[in-house]
Amino acid sequence: MLLLPGILYLLLFFITPLISLVFTSFQQPVINGDIGQYSAGFQWQNYTDSVMQYLPLILRAFGYALLATVLALVVSYPLAYFIGVKVRGYPLVQSLLLTLVIAPFFISFLLRTLAWKQIMSDEGPLVVGLKALSLFPNDGHITGTPFAVIFGLTYNFIPFMTLPLYAVLERMDVRYIEAGNDLYASPFTTFRTITVPLSMPGIVSGTLLTFIPAAGDYINASGDFLGSAQTSMVGNAIESNFLVTQNYPVAAALSIVLMAVILIIVGFYVRRAGTEDLV
Amino acid sequence: MSALGSATPGGIARELEAPVAGRRRGIRWRGLGLPIYTALALLFLLIPIAYTFVFSFNDSGKLNIAWQGFTLDKWLHVCDAQGVCEAFGNSILVGVVATVLATALGTAIAIALVRYRFRARGAISLLLFLPMATPEVVLGAGLAAQFLSLGVNKGLVTIIIAHTMFCISFVVVTVKARVASLDPALEEAGRDLYGSATAVFWRITFPLLLPGIAAAALLSFALSFDDFIITNFNSGAVDTFPKFIYIAAARGIPAEANVVASAVFVLAIVLVVVAQVTRAARAARAARQARQLR
Repeated sequence: MLLLPGILYLLLFFITPLISLVFTSFQQPVINGDIGQYSAGFQWQNYTDSVMQYLPLILRAFGYALLATVLALVVSYPLAYFIGVKVRGYPLVQSLLLTLVIAPFFISFLLRTLAWKQIMSDEGPLVVGLKALSLFPNDGHITGTPFAVIFGLTYNFIPFMTLPLYAVLERMDVRYIEAGNDLYASPFTTFRTITVPLSMPGIVSGTLLTFIPAAGDYINASGDFLGSAQTSMVGNAIESNFLVTQNYPVAAALSIVLMAVILIIVGFYVRRAGTEDLV
Repeated sequence: MSALGSATPGGIARELEAPVAGRRRGIRWRGLGLPIYTALALLFLLIPIAYTFVFSFNDSGKLNIAWQGFTLDKWLHVCDAQGVCEAFGNSILVGVVATVLATALGTAIAIALVRYRFRARGAISLLLFLPMATPEVVLGAGLAAQFLSLGVNKGLVTIIIAHTMFCISFVVVTVKARVASLDPALEEAGRDLYGSATAVFWRITFPLLLPGIAAAALLSFALSFDDFIITNFNSGAVDTFPKFIYIAAARGIPAEANVVASAVFVLAIVLVVVAQVTRAARAARAARQARQLR
């Protein structure tokens, strides 16, 4: 059977880890045990405690991810429209432009983010330049602020947004747009009532491909990259609880909460798009 | 720049033919907005890449932050910086093994999903969709929790297991499209000619699927090579290239890391562009031959 090995692999290394995450999230510390020692239990409290403690980080993660998704959509749509519709008929130009869109994938995500950090740092060209022009307060910073984190998230996910938008716009029949124009609709009305609905599948998958990883990201918000302690997201809390303080139950509980919220949001979306289309 | 494609004489002529553009003939600048925007957006995407590339030539000490002057030293002695080449080697090893495993497992699933009707279809689609809808931090923490409870020591093997897991779904998506466009008559012909099941697969199905499989393998390798979030949870003491950068970020990235990243970037871009230009040239030649035949 062709399916068996792959499905078995996913059951073993995707489903059972999620189950063990659930078990871990209910564990209790071993009395008089070492740091990082836990035993099986049913500590529902782990959830209430960690959500109470990390609520600002959870809300921040979804808030930042939402803003970054909207910004990435606004930036990517015209880009995808130009490549998918305007330069149709020039396949080479189209594929070269697409290569430029995915070019960031060919260089480490972490190095790209660090490059922005250095460009926007207090000694970097951007801040120094803005200060010289008196457009920026002398004691102001860019890195470490929510602006920098949302900027980084937007930047890093633009290709993920552009590709599905392009895939849909490229196949869109432009005669519908011409029909709208012929019927004296304003360009804006044509865009709103024809182009956007026709590109909806691309918008749905692009926003999912951006929102989900952005909500769980902990690189952009990290103090070593674009963020600071004031911009920590839920991903940062999961990482530090799991890998630094070895507080596994809290990390597991936060992971389950993050995944549950995301699945609710995705479920809402998938009802419109259908899983068969996305897989 | 090629982003101004529609501003070329041919492009403008084509636009003028369209009824919409015809009406706007007087205000040409309106048609230029989108090309200019595209050029600026692409430039924006390339800024940090250019920055990384430029700073790979920086004559810096341990910290590669301020510009100190041009040098080729870092390119000529990449492996002098401690750990860079070792981490890079680990990333290549993990990428290759995870790609082979994920491509084999994923291709088999893709063929089965398109070809056969079975009852658990919906459940399997969901099982394939979920890893893509799960944030990486959850995938990483879940696997790490499992390895912890089983007492498995984390290292290269656990990284490979993790990477194979998240690549499978992407392979299925990529190959499935190709399987769906395959003409079943070709395989039937093979069977009619008394080809065994294995012979039909390797001599007909596999070669026809190859472009899709190759695309899936490239995607897997790229995903694996650049993954940090899941790796960080399952790598133990082993460094991959992204993990090396993450750890070094706290104290400063050596310019050698920029060299490695820039070299990989240039190689990848050259390969992609050469492939695209060759394909375009081949298409143009085919079109010319078709015209001559007529």
